[in-house]
Amino acid sequence: MQSDHTTTAHSHEGFPWKHVIGFILSLILTVAALYVVVSLSLSTTATITIILVLAIFQVLVQLLFFMHITEHEGAYQLIAIIFGIFLAAVFVAGSIWIILYGTY
Amino acid sequence: MSNIKDFLLNDFFVTGEPMIYMADVSIVLVTIAIFVVLTYFKKWKWLWKEWLTTVDHKKIGIMYILAALAMLFRGGIDALLMRVQLTAPNLKFLDAQHYNEIFTTHGTIMILFMAMPFLIGLINVAMPLQIGARDVAFPYLNAISFWLFFVGAMLFNLSFVIGGSPDAGWTSYTPLAEKALDPGVGENYYLLGLQLAGIGTLASGVNFVVTILKMRAPGMTLMRMPMFTWSTLITSVIIVFAFPVLTVALAMLTIDRLFGGHFFTATAGGMPMMWTNLFWIWGHPEVYIVILPAFGIFSDIISTFAGKKLFGYHVMVYSMVAISVLSFLVWTHHFFTMGSGAAVNSVFGISTMAISVPTGVKIFNWLLTMHRSKIRFTVANLWSLAFIPNFVIGGVTGVMLAVAAADYQYHNSYFLIAHFHNVLIAGTVFACFAGLTYWWPKMFGHVLNERLGKWTFWIFVIGYNVCFLPQYWLGFMGMTRRTYTYPSGLGWMPLNVISTVGGFLMGIGFMIMVYNVYYSARYGKRDTTGDPWNGRTLEWATTSPAAEYNFANVPEVRDQDAFWEMKKSNRVKEWLNQPIKDIHMPNNSGRPIIMAFFFFVAGFGLTFEWIWVGAIGLFGVLITMVLRSFENDTGHHIHKEEVERTEREAGRIS
Amino acid sequence: MSQSHSLNNQTPLEYSTEDGRLKIFGFWVFLGAEIILFSCLFASYMVYLHRTAGGPTPDDLFNVKEFMTETFLLLTSSFTCGLATHELRRHNKTGVIIWFIITLILGLGFVGMEAHEFVDYVGEGAKMSTSAFLTGFFTLVGTHGCHVSLGILWIIGILIQTARTGINPVTARKLFIVGLYWHFLDVVWVFIFTVVYLTGMVL
Repeated sequence: MQSDHTTTAHSHEGFPWKHVIGFILSLILTVAALYVVVSLSLSTTATITIILVLAIFQVLVQLLFFMHITEHEGAYQLIAIIFGIFLAAVFVAGSIWIILYGTY
Repeated sequence: MSNIKDFLLNDFFVTGEPMIYMADVSIVLVTIAIFVVLTYFKKWKWLWKEWLTTVDHKKIGIMYILAALAMLFRGGIDALLMRVQLTAPNLKFLDAQHYNEIFTTHGTIMILFMAMPFLIGLINVAMPLQIGARDVAFPYLNAISFWLFFVGAMLFNLSFVIGGSPDAGWTSYTPLAEKALDPGVGENYYLLGLQLAGIGTLASGVNFVVTILKMRAPGMTLMRMPMFTWSTLITSVIIVFAFPVLTVALAMLTIDRLFGGHFFTATAGGMPMMWTNLFWIWGHPEVYIVILPAFGIFSDIISTFAGKKLFGYHVMVYSMVAISVLSFLVWTHHFFTMGSGAAVNSVFGISTMAISVPTGVKIFNWLLTMHRSKIRFTVANLWSLAFIPNFVIGGVTGVMLAVAAADYQYHNSYFLIAHFHNVLIAGTVFACFAGLTYWWPKMFGHVLNERLGKWTFWIFVIGYNVCFLPQYWLGFMGMTRRTYTYPSGLGWMPLNVISTVGGFLMGIGFMIMVYNVYYSARYGKRDTTGDPWNGRTLEWATTSPAAEYNFANVPEVRDQDAFWEMKKSNRVKEWLNQPIKDIHMPNNSGRPIIMAFFFFVAGFGLTFEWIWVGAIGLFGVLITMVLRSFENDTGHHIHKEEVERTEREAGRIS
Repeated sequence: MSQSHSLNNQTPLEYSTEDGRLKIFGFWVFLGAEIILFSCLFASYMVYLHRTAGGPTPDDLFNVKEFMTETFLLLTSSFTCGLATHELRRHNKTGVIIWFIITLILGLGFVGMEAHEFVDYVGEGAKMSTSAFLTGFFTLVGTHGCHVSLGILWIIGILIQTARTGINPVTARKLFIVGLYWHFLDVVWVFIFTVVYLTGMVL
């Protein structure tokens, strides 16, 4: 496991470039998602796929630029969050499939 | 005035049942007796200082186990009442409503207020010792977990005498459990009691994950952990990811019942099937939460009494990791007959069969551990040995149920009842009894009497088979679960009579166990060595019972079965005589029990839909949290002179 | 349990004690559980999306300007909260407090707008008890709103402690954890924005 404390010591000083870049990215992603929905008239499936992908990138921005997920106990933390996201996907997709299969 | 009287007699207190009047009287008498005894022996201060405010994992574990035994008693009485009612056709011992209430409370109590706290209690007692830690990662949170479970259980049990019991089954299926079809407060008790206990369990899960991953003794790599610790880790991971689902499902049904929501109603677009879906997304992992620690207990006991290393340790670990993932992918097999369609049923049928593979692998590991060993037939080991064949019967019938097409025949028949009692009793209950016997000396400093233990064992195991094997046949004969009586002429009576006899045999076995507790406390063999079983893992390296600080010096681990290795390489004496330093320990606190009391107030208020009482309770909870946050609690040190004195008195250093 | 103050310039304060390391890791595990909690609410919302029982549909209710403003408020607050953590690493007490107060103001703005939105909906006859869709909507978005409100109280409490005792291993750990919580709520909002509001405009 990554417990090398020195890896956590980045940019204590100076301008918070990492956060600024993260913020700009998150704004771009948000506006892009709105643009896809409002201004592009793609098919419903395509639109939803694109905005979901954009949302996933947003999450990565938060986790990597703001939340320092790779710090300290990086591996365990990552496993916890990735397993959570995996199960969340299973529960959401599974529930919709089980409940709505054949309904429409 | 007459309004209040009316409310108290009609809605508040449960009236009109002789059995409940008896319960009322006995509750009052027991409460008075406890008060009198505590006051007479001047034990109030002792109770508060040593137990109610403790953050010591060993004491919390013991309190979990005591509460779980009390719940086992209550759930067992429920079971016997049901068995009496079903002994012969057309009996009027219980009416339909009362029967509904009893099977509901039996199921809920046995799973959530007996099996889980019993195992969490054993985990609390043994796991930190097994990894050579001084306590769990968050001792204060551990106390909150216990008290939340406790008030949740008390709230649920209160329904028996105040307001009326829930009666929609332990699965509380909607729309039956919705307000329209089930007015009254019974279901609210179910929702809020489980909610409180569930939050406590989630906190335990987080606590154990962090404890095991971050607080192991030096040298104890993941692959050197005792199997019980491994099973605790996997169980805790499942708890962390499964219990939020229960929290949400309960909250949703609460919103429906209290605030007019339409999640699971049959009107306004509600979808009752969604409850079933969410309940089992939690419910199936829950099955593994109560069975994996059991596997861990059996692994440790079998290897100890075979005097051998556990066979296939790595395979055992990998199969548990596989189970932890697969357990989240099989939930639909609980409702194959709901009509989700062939594709859904096929996928979940196959994943269910897949999960039986890692479980089967473990059975062979236990058998091969004992292969060519000199087995010691102690009571703890007898439970473990009996587990293997009995659990296999339950497992094999489980695979039969996994065949979705065939499940349409078995579903909700007594075949299913027999199946899950076969896995839950032979798995979880046997493990609780095995673990209790095994770790009893570590908790109380004396060994449980083996002769009485063997009586319990044989009567209980025989009774258990006599009770549940006939139910497979009853299922095939068409008897469905939750039926409160049946007409004569169906030929069900002989098997039902046998089953009832078996049920009472189990009850007798339990009573002998209770007597054994009393007998052994007075006459049982004292354990002065700390290692009564010639154990292999670190909990046997300290005194019985272990001192507050667990280990005067944290042991250094060099192999699997750490203590065994220390004994073989003659390192024990050298380790004990290492210089002792001051030991840092967490402080006791009365706040967890006070916070849990406020949770109870909130739960009770919401049960009766007195929103303002609920709000007061939750405000109290918030205040206790704020007080904790502003508290500067850095714990205390036990000075090395005191540690040395304790160790010397235990005869461990000279 | 040992409170080893192995303070060197390399290790951030919040990780400098055993206690801090355990609690930060424990909080990550808890966030894993929170992901599951919200996933169930999302699953329910999606199952109930079309079950409006003749009541208002997403299209009738959602207002682009409103939910975009809410989104930008929360995104910006996540950024300012990140800057607070950055200042924390520089042991700059004033910086931490200022950035967290800005975060608080943005958070309060968000909660206020959401409360206003809810009141509007109820005024239009879109109540919790109107349809399964609305029960799902209010529960999902409301649960997030409750989390944000609790976060605001939490931040206030910790800011008081920081103002009193300064930046030390205990307050550093608390500030870092509440920061994680705040970013996490932003993550959840990104999905509410996508799955509830944007999807509501498409379907």
